[in-house]
Amino acid sequence: MRIAKALQLTLTLLACAFLLVPTIQSVLAGVTANYFRGLSSGLTLKWVAEVWSLYSGSIFLSIGLALACLVVTTLIGVPAAYALARRPGRGSRVIEEFVSLPLAIPGLALALALLQLYGSLQGFRAHWSFILVGHVLYTLPFMLRAVLAVLAAIDLRSLEESAATLGAGPWRRFIDVVVPNALPGVLAGGLTVVTLSIGEFNLTWMLHTPFLKTLPVGLADSYASMRLEIASAYTLVFFVMIVPLLMAMQWASSRAQRMFR
Amino acid sequence: MSIRFFSLACLLPLASFTLAFLALPLTRLVLGAASGDDGWGVYWQILQTPRYISALLQTIWISATVTVAALAISTTAALFLQRNRFPGRSLLLSVLTLPLAFPGVVVGFMIILLAGRQGLVNQLTPGHTVFAYSSFGLFLGYLYFSIPRVLLTVMAAAEKIDPALEEAARTLGAPAWRVTWDVLLPALRPALIAAGAIAFATAMGAFGTAFTLATDIDVLPMVIYTEFTLSANFAMASALSVVLGLVTWGLLLTARSLSGGTIAAGG
Amino acid sequence: MTLTLSKVAKTFPDGTRALNPTSLEIAEGEILSLLGPSGCGKTTLLRIIAGLESADAGGTLSFNGEDVTRLPVERRKIGMVFQNYALFPNMSVRGNIGYGLKMAGLPRAAIAARVAEVVALCRLEPYADRAITALSGGQRQRVALARAVAPRPRVLLLDEPLSALDAALRTDLRDELAELLRAVGTTAVFVTHDQDEAMAIADRVAVMSMGNMLQIGAPEALYRRPADAFVARFVGNAMPLGGRIEGDRLLIDGAVLPLAQPAHGTTAWVRGEDIALDDAGPLPATVDAVTFLGTHYRIKLTTTGPAPLFSLHHGHSAPRPGDTVRLSIPPHAILTLPAAA
Ligand SMILES: Nc1ncnc2c1ncn2[C@@H]1O[C@H](COP(=O)(O)OP(=O)(O)OP(=O)(O)O)[C@@H](O)[C@H]1O
Ligand SMILES: [Mg+2]
Repeated sequence: MRIAKALQLTLTLLACAFLLVPTIQSVLAGVTANYFRGLSSGLTLKWVAEVWSLYSGSIFLSIGLALACLVVTTLIGVPAAYALARRPGRGSRVIEEFVSLPLAIPGLALALALLQLYGSLQGFRAHWSFILVGHVLYTLPFMLRAVLAVLAAIDLRSLEESAATLGAGPWRRFIDVVVPNALPGVLAGGLTVVTLSIGEFNLTWMLHTPFLKTLPVGLADSYASMRLEIASAYTLVFFVMIVPLLMAMQWASSRAQRMFR
Repeated sequence: MSIRFFSLACLLPLASFTLAFLALPLTRLVLGAASGDDGWGVYWQILQTPRYISALLQTIWISATVTVAALAISTTAALFLQRNRFPGRSLLLSVLTLPLAFPGVVVGFMIILLAGRQGLVNQLTPGHTVFAYSSFGLFLGYLYFSIPRVLLTVMAAAEKIDPALEEAARTLGAPAWRVTWDVLLPALRPALIAAGAIAFATAMGAFGTAFTLATDIDVLPMVIYTEFTLSANFAMASALSVVLGLVTWGLLLTARSLSGGTIAAGG
Repeated sequence: MTLTLSKVAKTFPDGTRALNPTSLEIAEGEILSLLGPSGCGKTTLLRIIAGLESADAGGTLSFNGEDVTRLPVERRKIGMVFQNYALFPNMSVRGNIGYGLKMAGLPRAAIAARVAEVVALCRLEPYADRAITALSGGQRQRVALARAVAPRPRVLLLDEPLSALDAALRTDLRDELAELLRAVGTTAVFVTHDQDEAMAIADRVAVMSMGNMLQIGAPEALYRRPADAFVARFVGNAMPLGGRIEGDRLLIDGAVLPLAQPAHGTTAWVRGEDIALDDAGPLPATVDAVTFLGTHYRIKLTTTGPAPLFSLHHGHSAPRPGDTVRLSIPPHAILTLPAAA
């Protein structure tokens, strides 16, 4: 019993170390004057500043895309989740399944599909909305499912019926009753959407153009062509953005689940 | 306005987006695969080209081993964290779920920092110890992003297991390992299948990690990428994508029918 | 408002016939209770009146003569209290109560005034600004009622409004609800499967069974003069006596019980409170079990009849199981009902 527990703890700690050590290395490398001489070469924000001057455009593009993605997935996902939740059944399952296809099909394949169909529409191909389409495709299922889960957990039908007996038509019911009660799901889904959009690489790498590089595309770029400190500093910037989002996302998801247990 | 009409209107944005950017492009992809010189024979050609077949097999092999490893590690950690409360527990939990939002490229970079030419292992050990760019490096990279995914699924399932089940087994005289074997693992089975499927599907489609590591083994996503960008062989790239997509999707479907729940990959 | 139903029936898409054609008129200000066992179609009928379910073709529903059969629920101006209350968790108590007024397009000040009035009527002042989740079951019940009456609906529909409460609270709120409904004065239809509730609250009770409306009447009339065995059984737990009726006499295995009037060919039923232990009584019986219930004993008796009889025995002592006793039943207490049941 004792030994078993000790072994479990050891394995858990090893796994933690495996995940954490390179992260710390990259954080340190990003603020070390010279990685090869080690920390003794002194700490500096020089590399971070350089990253900012080189890649701030990418960072802002990613933030912009993530926000646009949030808006679009909310506008598409919330009404759709409502419609699907109202009539649960085979048809709704099939729709949900189809929309979730981008979770099962590798991003590369999706990107190729988009490129083949729309690649020749120059105005669209070179516009940021082309990348946005990819991000929405990939994140929409998360929004849809998060909202669906919450709507399935509340007694949507009787809430709507009681609003109807009080004189509210379909649109008012949607605005006054459905949306406010789905908010925990929208919040959880929204944070997931933003987090995933900021980190999306597989689709974006294929869809981007030299003038439209998102943060992860820039990261790949810096890994390939910059010195280790800059690559690390850029990774550090990414961590600073993504880790709070990740934590908020996990908090919101567990809250949404707890509220409707 | 009737409620039926309103419901339909609510589905309209989703329907138009999905039609324009999912249904039509996928159709185009499937048709595009057959638009080359060989037509539908392109799939026959894949079967006859050793490079493609070996890439497919290698991808499946590495994804399968990663799945098994991630399941073993994450299930152990999940069960340990689930049933022991100690200071620092939530910290460990955060660390283990940290890479959830890391894109494949960043994971690749983590492996380079660990096992690359300028990596930690190479610095700490005598001689030249670099394995980031080998298939083992790729394995580590895939493991890196699989651990948190599996962990979360298994923990969520473990939380829902009624502790009374285990207590009942204990009162019937079962030793700890038998309880794990007879009660816990069967109860976790659907979650393990689901988590395994997620890990496998994610690994099959992983591109960023292989891309950053510029690894010396061919995985299918890298082959597709080179076919598309370097050889400009669109038909072949499409056909390979279709194969990759079908294999992954088919696997998720099978896993779901086995586990009875909903499964989604991600990343 | 007068509510008129004419040949209203409901067949669900899966073929379930939940309600057979039913005609009914509910007078202005009347409180009608729909009483019946689970699955008999009470909720279905209520939902048809509300407009949440559509009646089969051929049935019509009118409010004060205006045909509302095709009017969607949100335009019917009804008020409904749901079994689980269905209060909006995203709004406060005040927000819930004011919602119907807001939908009616009333100006803010008018809404506030009416909400305050209803809050006072339902004695909700201390909770008016609370979140719904911070209310007890009984408080929620009152908010649901307040929300339904606030817009002055033409008819108030209540679907088992007390069933979500525990037994003690239920009895308290039952009388309170009866009082409130009378104070509001709106025509009301009240669904329940609890006869005490129906009797305490309603002016008239409609007894339903398997999609049919069996009898409608004042509580006392139903109790004293049930139309058939089902009603007698359901309202006041009548028990079959067996035997045979000849003229104005009931013959049970040699025993003869006089009836109030001739009722040849009918069957005889009796209620527990009308069975007296009486050494001089005509009917012999064996005591099977005795349960002490505080105010009275409940004595299970075997006679030659088709089913055991339960007597409610008021007294300071009771016979023991196994004892042989004699029973008497006053002539007017023997219900004579049509044979087919
Ligand atoms: N949507 C539906 N589809 C099919 N059958 C239904 C539907 N709703 C109700 N029924 C059936 O119609 C019959 C009457 O149901 P209803 O809900 O009116 O009963 P009730 O008298 O309110 O019962 P309870 O006291 O249990 O609430 C039942 O047999 C029920 O199974
Ligand atoms: Mg009912």
